[in-house]
Amino acid sequence: MSLTVRFRVNGDQRSVTTDPERRLLDVLREELQLTGTKYGCGEGQCGACLVLVDGEPARSCLLPVRVVEGKSVTTIEGLARGEALHPVQVAFLEEGALQCGYCTSGMILAALSLLRRKPDPTDEEIAAGMNGHLCRCNGYVKIVKAVRRAAALMRAERHG
Amino acid sequence: MDEPLSELDRRTFLQALGSGLLITVTNPNGWAQGTPVSARLFLNGDGTITALSGKVEEGQGPRSELSQAAAEELRVPVERVRLVMADTDLVPDDGITAGSRTTPINVPEMRRAAATAREMLTALAARQWKVDPATLAVRDGVITSPTGRTMTYADLAKAKDVAAALGQAVRPDVALTPVQDWKTLGQSVPKSNARDLVTGAHRFPSDVVRPGMLRGRVLRPPAYGATLESVDLSSAKAMGDVVAVREGPFVGFAAPSSHRATQALEAAARTASWKMSPRSVSNDSLFEHLGTHARRDEARAEEKGSAETALRTADRVLTGSYRVAFIQHAPMEPRAAVAEWSGDRLTVWAGCDGPFRAQQLLSEALGIPRERVRVIVPDMGGGFGGKHTAEAAVEAARLARAAGKPVSVRWTREEEFTWAYCRPAALIECRGGLNVSGALVAWEFTSINPGGAAIGTPYAIPNVRIASVGSDSPLPQGSYRCLGATANNFARESFMDELAAAAGSDPLEFRLAHLENSRLRAVLEKTAKEFGWAARRRQVTPERGVGLACGTEKNSVVAACVEVRLDRSKGRIEVTEICEAFECGPILNPANLLSQVQGCIVMALGGALTEELEFAEGKILNPRFSRYRVPRFRDVPRIDVHLVENRDVPPAGGGETPIIAAAPAIANAVFAATGVRLRSMPLRGEALRKS
Repeated sequence: MSLTVRFRVNGDQRSVTTDPERRLLDVLREELQLTGTKYGCGEGQCGACLVLVDGEPARSCLLPVRVVEGKSVTTIEGLARGEALHPVQVAFLEEGALQCGYCTSGMILAALSLLRRKPDPTDEEIAAGMNGHLCRCNGYVKIVKAVRRAAALMRAERHG
Repeated sequence: MDEPLSELDRRTFLQALGSGLLITVTNPNGWAQGTPVSARLFLNGDGTITALSGKVEEGQGPRSELSQAAAEELRVPVERVRLVMADTDLVPDDGITAGSRTTPINVPEMRRAAATAREMLTALAARQWKVDPATLAVRDGVITSPTGRTMTYADLAKAKDVAAALGQAVRPDVALTPVQDWKTLGQSVPKSNARDLVTGAHRFPSDVVRPGMLRGRVLRPPAYGATLESVDLSSAKAMGDVVAVREGPFVGFAAPSSHRATQALEAAARTASWKMSPRSVSNDSLFEHLGTHARRDEARAEEKGSAETALRTADRVLTGSYRVAFIQHAPMEPRAAVAEWSGDRLTVWAGCDGPFRAQQLLSEALGIPRERVRVIVPDMGGGFGGKHTAEAAVEAARLARAAGKPVSVRWTREEEFTWAYCRPAALIECRGGLNVSGALVAWEFTSINPGGAAIGTPYAIPNVRIASVGSDSPLPQGSYRCLGATANNFARESFMDELAAAAGSDPLEFRLAHLENSRLRAVLEKTAKEFGWAARRRQVTPERGVGLACGTEKNSVVAACVEVRLDRSKGRIEVTEICEAFECGPILNPANLLSQVQGCIVMALGGALTEELEFAEGKILNPRFSRYRVPRFRDVPRIDVHLVENRDVPPAGGGETPIIAAAPAIANAVFAATGVRLRSMPLRGEALRKS
């Protein structure tokens, strides 16, 4: 059974005709070639597949694509404005908070989502907020620093 | 870069990267006069340099370090080096990426090639100017004469004799820049593709997309040892858009989407009939199994004095038996590959540690000559020693051949946990003897199954017998970050702690009293000082303990102090602080080394506290992150890393040895607090509840 699902991705209106039960992760990667969103576990445990749906974090490996009908999806590819990186991306670069980089898309979107809820988190709040995300190179120490830096950059942007 | 390249294509391709320079490379593996510089370095028309390496980037940092190595010796800013890695059509065979070998072997190779190139280019300029090359200086890719004349690498790239010059062999004895003069090496140069990683633009092996590409899935047995008797592929084939393939034991499906391929797989799997080969070993009976099947007669033993005699005459003899469970690497990116055929030529983009090994495996599995196989390893999503094989590459190639289209295969997490080889489990038997004054006089160490890494003792003991013993592994096992060193170091450093306690000595003093290795002493003393060992040791309570451990492997040294807090009613061990000092010679890239050491420490916590593959009847029972706990953000203690630089020894790799100290230090801290000795990894707090 195929159905046409219409939704916005990174600001663009898209429509995909497919099995409505197919996971959003696969649709993003295989139909829309947005490969920045990663498969890591298929059970919502690792966070590599995190995207924002209407601004809220969602594990795209668990989400049937029908659920995003009419909604707006943001992937890692949608964060930068042209050549200008988002402050969270800048912070990850400046802190060197990535090694292989496979978990990085999910980490950055999770950090953004956390900072929207808590603009000035403590290290404990960062760890709690990011605990659903796995990094195996184990950049956790530098990722926490990057989230802290991102918070400062975003505050400066708001007040600047 | 769609198909395997002929030698002419290779030249054209590399020229297209920026130069007008014609080079001649015919055989990447056997030059009579030694490897020519041009096998590793190309001078482009704009003065930039293309450097070539067979090494694989998987997060551990060779992309930066090899670029820095070329830039340092060529005297150019690192941004002017473009490093091409792990493409069998373009780069020399540098062997598999493993064993911390890039730093001690491949970085010096790159430096020698670059230093030779600089000398040859300088000689070219000297000839044009008719001056002595020794009078010329090179800086920022500009050669300057004493009279102030200048010539850039870009100028030289257009010189007619430059190809001949760079076609000469790398000089094995060429002078390399001394550490104190380094400008680029020793700097925290970030990965050149870091921006692509934060924007999602980088294509990992599982992200590669080719025109008309299908997605593949493979039928797996229900358990180890099961063989396929029959399977009905008709329902899969009836789906219309699915290619179903059976080649001997291989059964796989390719479809326009992974969703369709999975549906085809599930339909066929329901019809499959398997001949089971029951396996009685489970994780509960594992250590008994390893012990019973130990091939003690074949052991390779290292002996000094007579451990047996000394144990008979010692004042006190201790015995201890240590266990280490099977664990998985669990890199964030599972095994993945894309295969594409063009006539009888095959190109595979694969996540694996050995592109040339994969080329050989593909050649054998597909029955085609090696030279028709091109393997490209895009920077991949982690490995930790777990991707020495190339299963997904072979699977994708089979499916692509049958489908007549490119096919992408990406293992599921469950496949990765179940069918990837794991870190060897270990059973280690120790006996030690103390004399009346509490000195260690006998040491017997029998390590069953994990292999010989870090099996030797760094302590000065007059009578020693150390043996690495093979056994029968019930699960496929292979390499892992620092391999058996973690198990051997866990046993040795735990047992040293037991001996120190028996001798009534402080664990630090006991070690130092037996430790002659000055590098190891230095890191042990450093971490003890930074941690405040002496004072904190006196403050140990039944709920809060401190412990330490040290070790050496792969020509580097490490020591760690830890603090644990214990909730004995809940049987909970919480590591609250780790202070680790690490030394691997001169530091090539401090920021990368810090990441590697922090990463090793956190990864070590998993094996120390929570990770264990559970298995029974040939099945892995916990093949999911929800049932196999790897360290998460909230598990990270306070981590205090001290990178000790030692410029008196050659640089050694830093991505493995820092993993070996945490587990025994934690076990020792638990003992200090409770008197309970935990001898199995992962360390389970339940034992504390009973005591």
